[in-house]
Amino acid sequence: MTGEVPMVEAVQVSKSFGSNQVLKSISLTVARGEVLCLVGPSGSGKSTFLRCINHLETVDAGRLRVDGTLIGYREKGDRLHELKPRDAARQRRDIGMVFQRFNLFPHMTALENIIEAPIRVNRANKAAAIVRARELLARVGLADKADAYPAHLSGGQQQRVAIARALAMDPKLMLFDEPTSALDPELVGEVLDVMKQLAQSGMTMIVVTHEMGFAREVADSLAFMDGGVVVESGDPRTVLADPQHERTRAFLSKVL
Amino acid sequence: MAHAERPDRAAGSPPPPGGTAPAEVIKAVRLRHPVRNLIAVVLAVYFVAFLWDASTRKAFQWDIYIKYLFDQRISAAALVTIELTVLSMAIAAVLALLLTVMRLSSNPVFRSIAWFYVWIFRGTPVYVQLVFWGVLSLIYPTLQLGLPFLPPVISFATGQALSFFALAVLGLALNEAAYLAEIVRAGILSVDRGQEEAAIALGMSWGQSMWRIVIPQSMRVIIPPTGNEFISMLKTTSLVTAVPFSLDLYARSRDISAETFTPIPLLLDASTWYLFMTSVLMVGQYFLEKRFARGISSARPEKAAAAPDTREEAIG
Ligand SMILES: Nc1ncnc2c1ncn2[C@@H]1O[C@H](COP(=O)(O)OP(=O)(O)OP(=O)(O)O)[C@@H](O)[C@H]1O
Ligand SMILES: [Mg+2]
Repeated sequence: MTGEVPMVEAVQVSKSFGSNQVLKSISLTVARGEVLCLVGPSGSGKSTFLRCINHLETVDAGRLRVDGTLIGYREKGDRLHELKPRDAARQRRDIGMVFQRFNLFPHMTALENIIEAPIRVNRANKAAAIVRARELLARVGLADKADAYPAHLSGGQQQRVAIARALAMDPKLMLFDEPTSALDPELVGEVLDVMKQLAQSGMTMIVVTHEMGFAREVADSLAFMDGGVVVESGDPRTVLADPQHERTRAFLSKVL
Repeated sequence: MAHAERPDRAAGSPPPPGGTAPAEVIKAVRLRHPVRNLIAVVLAVYFVAFLWDASTRKAFQWDIYIKYLFDQRISAAALVTIELTVLSMAIAAVLALLLTVMRLSSNPVFRSIAWFYVWIFRGTPVYVQLVFWGVLSLIYPTLQLGLPFLPPVISFATGQALSFFALAVLGLALNEAAYLAEIVRAGILSVDRGQEEAAIALGMSWGQSMWRIVIPQSMRVIIPPTGNEFISMLKTTSLVTAVPFSLDLYARSRDISAETFTPIPLLLDASTWYLFMTSVLMVGQYFLEKRFARGISSARPEKAAAAPDTREEAIG
């Protein structure tokens, strides 16, 4: 890892909504191919941090880099300039995002959901996009659901389509915001399996989750957030087995 | 015999009398509604009496009514009314989209202008607005045409450039745009924020996410009230006499009656045509609403997986 540019590098990132400071000087790095699990109580700023990484929210202070590129701003001399929407959109192409509520496009089939962005954004050839979409559907175990509308799919199937949709843009980084929290318990496993496969294929991932089993088994590192700060981080097995901070212990005792 | 028949019976039909398995059909004395029935009979009598009276009443001059119902001038005027309706609705739709984008903008100037527009055009009677359009050339003898916020492209004399027909269309369209803008805005706000967010996160531009993702989903909320507006517009065109434009259905039939001194049958002719046209639109509206009320997911059932017969059922 020495000398190599980390995939995600946050340096003293802060963010406020009005007078409510949601992120307080967050610093962390995610190496290429690393899987980071982000855990913490509700309102601790996990979603906000993820949304800052692909510039759905703007950072107020600090620097956030993905693969060496500053997110949301351009550095000119020693001043920062806000990115034009078109340049911000270009940065987002490389970053896949999976939402708690799937957010599939309900008026499109699974296949149409997947090919939409490659065709509209990357100007991909339609036939090629369809071939690729079918590969991705097979990869998430839904080869037979290409022509199904989201309303005809179970939650777990919808989330797997959403993962395939994000992967269709060939992202270097995948962000998951509580991808299994809206699912019935018996459907959680199928989504986690897909994510585990993805992690094993070498994808860099940041996963906000309450699934400690997944964190223990799949993640390379774990960060515990509370009140807008990273309270402690490290190897997931170590942190989960032997938390150093009182707040971490209190939180883990509730979710484990 | 009864046994042999039973499997063929449709579900829900009463079982054959004397059948063994199902429970006996209840044979209760029906509840009677004597007062309700009496009122219904009285109303029916009045209605028939009214029709009979109307059919024989001199003032209606039914012979004249029939003579002018399919008069060339009347049907041509009906066509003009349709033109007014379609053109002004089309222009209004484009304007409404523009107004909606302005109202949803984060720029306060855009928002304020759109708000002001809607305030003015919804807050004053369309008849008065049409009179204003009629005297436009008195207020602004020359017009400079250009896109908003750009220097004028063309400059011309108002009276020559804009016919009364054009002014009527403009007047109706600008008024309607204010109402359609409200409908479009409600439609767009009805779409879950997560949809736009997912599109943006995939690298789509705001325009792409609107056009490809949000607007198609807002259609189920936008289309039914827009159908109502269409029907409403067809009737509102009768006010263009305020401009004054006089080739539409109402003005034309009134002009004819001024020559023939038979205003009442010609009013009936105009009403008949209006009723016919709105009825056609209402039928269209009915099917549109049926289609869009179903929701996006089932409006287009699963393409491959669904069997052909279930699919036909869902669409029909
Ligand atoms: N758009 C917004 N405007 C104002 N406040 C916001 C906004 N988004 C989030 N917040 C606030 O920021 C804080 C952190 O929210 P965030 O969604 O990041 O928490 P979280 O850790 O993801 O919680 P959860 O586990 O409930 O998802 C909360 O207090 C929330 O109310
Ligand atoms: Mg959250």
